[in-house]
Amino acid sequence: MINLDRISRVFQVGGQPVHALREITLAVEPGEYVSLMGPSGSGKSTLLNIVGLLDRASSGVYRLDGKDVTSLSDEEQAHVRREKIGFVFQFFHLVPRLSAAENIELPMALAGIPASERQARARELLDAYGLGERADHRPDQLSGGQRQRVAIARATVMRPSILLADEPTGNLDRASGKEVVQLLESLHENRVTLLVVTHDPELGRRAHRQLRLMDGAIAEDRREAAG
Amino acid sequence: MKPLDVLLFAWTSLRGYPSRTWLMTIAMAIGVAAVVVFTALGEGARRYVVDQFSALGTNLVIVFPGRSETSGTSPGMFLGQTPRDLTLDDALALARSRAVLRVAPLAVGSALISFGGRSREAPVIGTTADWQTIRNMQMAQGTFLPAGDPHAPSPVCVIGALVRDELFGAGPALGQFVRIGDRRFRVIGVLATQGQHMGFNTDEMVVVPVASAQALYNINTLLRILAEARSREELDAAKRDMIRIIQDRHQGELDVTVVTQDAVLATFDRVLTALTFAVGGIAAVSLGVAGILIMNVMLIAVSQRTREIGLLKAVGAAPAQIRLLFFAEAVLLSSIGAAAGVVLGLIGNMAIVRLYPVLPAATPAWAVVAAVATAVTTGIVFSIMPARRAARLDAVMALSGR
Repeated sequence: MINLDRISRVFQVGGQPVHALREITLAVEPGEYVSLMGPSGSGKSTLLNIVGLLDRASSGVYRLDGKDVTSLSDEEQAHVRREKIGFVFQFFHLVPRLSAAENIELPMALAGIPASERQARARELLDAYGLGERADHRPDQLSGGQRQRVAIARATVMRPSILLADEPTGNLDRASGKEVVQLLESLHENRVTLLVVTHDPELGRRAHRQLRLMDGAIAEDRREAAG
Repeated sequence: MKPLDVLLFAWTSLRGYPSRTWLMTIAMAIGVAAVVVFTALGEGARRYVVDQFSALGTNLVIVFPGRSETSGTSPGMFLGQTPRDLTLDDALALARSRAVLRVAPLAVGSALISFGGRSREAPVIGTTADWQTIRNMQMAQGTFLPAGDPHAPSPVCVIGALVRDELFGAGPALGQFVRIGDRRFRVIGVLATQGQHMGFNTDEMVVVPVASAQALYNINTLLRILAEARSREELDAAKRDMIRIIQDRHQGELDVTVVTQDAVLATFDRVLTALTFAVGGIAAVSLGVAGILIMNVMLIAVSQRTREIGLLKAVGAAPAQIRLLFFAEAVLLSSIGAAAGVVLGLIGNMAIVRLYPVLPAATPAWAVVAAVATAVTTGIVFSIMPARRAARLDAVMALSGR
C-alpha cells in the first residue's frame, strides 16, 4: 500500500543543505501497525509528513495504493489526503472557536458532505469514543485526553485507510495516554494502517513492526508478534 | 465544500475574534456612511437650487441687453454705436409672439423710501401687473399693481413684508402715502414673505409701475425683460421669436442675450452634480483606507491562524479552498461593514434633515449602490493577497507553529 522508493528530503538551512531523509526505501502493507522511533532530528517526523503528503520528497518515488503520488499537484494531493489519510498530532490542533462536533465535521465540510450526514457521523463517533456529552464543548473546555480523542475522531471520520500519529501521547498524562493508545489500536484492529511516531519506547514496542531511524536512514526494521 | 459551509466557517472566524471584527466593521461603516452622508449633502444642495429656480416660475425666458460674444464687423462698429438698450416698447413687442404668454419688463434701482419720520433704503423694482404671475408672488394684503397702460406712470406701490414692518410697525400700511425718492406713492399691497429669490429678497423691496420707476430714475431703459412661454414645449419657439422680434426692432442687430431658465438651471444642475460626485469621491477615499485596513487585518489573521491553516491542509483542504475561506471572511466582513454604514448614513441623513429642514438632503440611490459596491470590492481586492499567502503556507511549518 505505502511504497517508498529511494525517498530523500533535503532542507536548506542557512544556505547549507541538510539531509533529513537519505534514500529511504520502505513498503508498508495494508493493516500494518508500524512505529517510527529514533532520536530527535533523525527524520521520523519528516518521513511521516511525506507519507501523509504534507511534505514533498526532494527525490525518489512514493506510490500509494500503486499510484505515483509524488507527481500530483497540490490540489490533487489535498484530495488524496482528505480521502485516504488521517492525521493525529501531539498538540491536537483543534480549531479553538469550533465545538468538538464542529471540529469533527470539518474534513467532511471540506469534502462537501451535506450537513445532516455530517452531524450524524460526528455524533456516532463522539458516542463511540465516549465523548457523547462533550459534543458542544469547545476545545478549551475539554481535558487533554478528550481533546486527543476529538482529534482522532476528526482524523477517522472520513474513514481513511491510513492513520498517521505524530507523538499522539507526547502531551498527555499516563492515564489519558493509555486511553488514546487503546483507541488507536482498536482502530488498527478495524483494518486501518497505523503509523506512529514516538519517543516513548513502551508505546513503540507495542507496534507489530518497529522502525528505528538514524540520521535520515532506516537503522533497524524489526517485526514481532503482537503484544 | 458547499458555499453555505464556506460562509458559516467564515462567520465562525469573525465571531471567534470579536474585537477585530468590530473594529473592521466600524472602519468600513464609517467609510460607507461618509459617502452616503456627503452625497446626501451634495444632492441636497442641488435640489435646493433646483427648487429655487422652480419657484422663480417655470418656462421663463430672460432677455438681457448687450451681447457677450464678438460678432464680426457690423455697421455699428464703424459708427461708434454702443449696443442698444432695452426699452419698454421692446418688452411690449415681445408679447406679439404666439409662443409668449406674458411679459414683464424690469427696471431696477435703489431709493430711499420714507413714511412719517422713518426711512429706509430699498431696491425699487419697476414692472407691470404680469410680473406677479411670472414670479409667482403671493400677496399678504391688498392687491398687486393694476393692469393698464405700461407707459402711464401711476403713483401706487407694493411693498415687501419687511418694509411694511420697518415703516409702519403695527399700524396699517394699505392706503398710506409713502415717499420714494422725491415722489409720493400710495401703498396698495404688501407682498407675502417668501424669502430669498435669486439674490433678491422680496421682503425688503418696493414694486412700482415700470413707467413710474423710469420717471423716478429719469431713464428709459430696462434692466431685463422676463417672458413666460406658453408651455415647456414652446420654450425654444418663444426664445427664437423673441430674438427675431428684438433683432427686427434693433435694425437687424442682435444686441441682446436671451437665456431660458432651463439653460441656467441645467448649468447649476451640472455644477452641483459634479460637486456631489466630488464629495462622494473624497468620502470614497476613506473606503480605500478601510480596504487597506482589511488587508492588514487579514494578513494578521493569516499569521495568527497559521496552525489552523496547517490543520485545514492536513485534513484535506486544497489551496483553492483555503483561499476561498479567507476570501469569504473578508467579503463577509466588508459586507457587514457596508450594511452597517448604509444604516448609519441614513440615520445621519435623517439628522441633517431634522437640523436643516431647508436643505432637502437625500442620498441618491446610485451613491448607496456605489458605496456598497466599492466597500465590497475593496474587501475582495484587498483580501486576495492575504488569502493567497494563507494558501501558500507550508503545512509542516504551519503545524509546528513556527
